[in-house]
Amino acid sequence: MEQFFQQLTNGLAVGGIYALIALGYTMVYGVLKLINFAHGDLFTIGAYLGLTLLTSLSLTDRLGPFWGVVALAAMAMGLVALVGALLERVAYRPLRESPRLSAVVSALGASIFLSNAVMLIYGARFHVYPQDLLPKITLDLFGLQLPLVRVLILAASLVMMTALYLFIQKTRIGTAIRAAAIDQGAARLMGIDVDRVILLVFLIGPALGGVAGVMVGIYYGQINFTMGWTYGLKAFTAAILGGIGNIPGAMVGGLLLGVIEAMGAAYISIAWKDAIAFCILIAILIVRPTGLLGERVAEKV
Amino acid sequence: MLLQVVDLRVKYGNIEVLHGLNLEVKEGEIVTILGANGAGKSTTLLTISGLVKPVSGAIYFGKTSLHKMPAHRVVERGIAQVPEGRRIFNTLTVQENLKLGAFTSSDRARVNRTMEWAYQLFPVLAERRQQLGGTLSGGEQQMLAIARGLMSDPKILLLDEPSLGLAPLLVRTIFQTLREVNRTGVTIVLVEQNAKAALKLAHRGYVMELGQIVLHGNAADLLENPEVQRAYLGAGQ
Ligand SMILES: Nc1ncnc2c1ncn2[C@@H]1O[C@H](COP(=O)(O)OP(=O)(O)OP(=O)(O)O)[C@@H](O)[C@H]1O
Ligand SMILES: [Mg+2]
Repeated sequence: MEQFFQQLTNGLAVGGIYALIALGYTMVYGVLKLINFAHGDLFTIGAYLGLTLLTSLSLTDRLGPFWGVVALAAMAMGLVALVGALLERVAYRPLRESPRLSAVVSALGASIFLSNAVMLIYGARFHVYPQDLLPKITLDLFGLQLPLVRVLILAASLVMMTALYLFIQKTRIGTAIRAAAIDQGAARLMGIDVDRVILLVFLIGPALGGVAGVMVGIYYGQINFTMGWTYGLKAFTAAILGGIGNIPGAMVGGLLLGVIEAMGAAYISIAWKDAIAFCILIAILIVRPTGLLGERVAEKV
Repeated sequence: MLLQVVDLRVKYGNIEVLHGLNLEVKEGEIVTILGANGAGKSTTLLTISGLVKPVSGAIYFGKTSLHKMPAHRVVERGIAQVPEGRRIFNTLTVQENLKLGAFTSSDRARVNRTMEWAYQLFPVLAERRQQLGGTLSGGEQQMLAIARGLMSDPKILLLDEPSLGLAPLLVRTIFQTLREVNRTGVTIVLVEQNAKAALKLAHRGYVMELGQIVLHGNAADLLENPEVQRAYLGAGQ
């Protein structure tokens, strides 16, 4: 039982990270019907920028561990958001009216460019996040011994997801994003500047992906320039699992995938951990391509 | 002149579908545009709204030119459109759809007042505020589309076949509503297949064929015009 709950909470923490990345895929897909293949690399950039900021600004020394990490996360979010906006401007906007395939090729090109840029700047070896970033203590929750870092990671991703959900559901701009995802032309007729909506999506998605990169650095302690591939693919699976284009779907899909993986690693075989995600991806694409929450309201003629 | 379309040419790809269109709308008028399928009526409205860009020609709204303006700015200026096929937001609630209609308006009190007015015009919508747009019946969706078009307090409302697929009684209600809306000072441009009802409602009318205006005049005169009667009013069948 103890092992089960350990795996469950670990799976939720990792799943929260998947969910944050998955939101970037799903939001961009929602408004542009395009898979932003470079999104995983934005996540990598977040992890590396986080490390650079951490070591160069010695944030935790100045602000204490908690606020230091919060400031770090906020800065990484802001910077990766800018990279995302730039990516949209350079790689996607010029192709807005072109055939779909051009944008897909551009996305792949951007991905290759960004991951190689990270490799050239930081080198191909693993980099290590400082181990003493957060106090290494365990919390006692209902008799369960949980590492503080795990609890904080999970809490942070839940807070960000809730904030995003409320923003999308309750605010005027959030409603405009949903409208642009349903019908861009109709959204324009409402007076919505769809270009700005797209830009906003390319700020929010990368910001969440970037902070997820920092979280992985803190949680696992080491990062590598190829991490964007594995995490990107897992998060993409999570987005498909929840129904691509569906924001709550990405959240549920991410958490679910994290838990399934953790359970699979514990009870089936750790060697199968990565394969599980891809089996799920293939299974969904065959059985239920619209994902768990990706139901369509029937269109009236 | 409130709205003026001058020598408008529009292409989709290499195919030109509007070949030098001229059109005028005075303040306070109801103007209807009639024409066979594919004549270019929807294209005309979409070009006025800025969703389609002309290759040449001009569109003036008062003294401002619209033909280079992005669509969202056209709406800000006071031109709303109820597009062909309704295009309501299926997975948003009725209320959210209406709020989006007022997206350009920052005056909350006024938005709420307009919304109450829209609910009075279409009481069914009030009962279904929290229902998803896609779950409404076709007629209800059409009412929602019209109400949404009114939410920005437009100076001009462009309507593309608002009566399509509706029961005759509902068509009458909707046309009655349009007349009331017009009396509050909203200028209306109405594209219709239902030529008789449209001409009875309108002050003036234009007849389009193959991307050009071939006839225009007072609605009452067009109703009497033998050509119009033969082609659009089904006389002699
Ligand atoms: N997006 C498009 N791409 C290419 N051609 C188009 C497009 N939209 C319309 N057309 C063509 O332009 C011409 C005019 O179309 P439009 O929709 O303006 O006609 P309409 O008068 O509104 O017809 P209807 O009464 O059937 O609605 C048609 O020949 C149509 O096939
Ligand atoms: Mg049409």
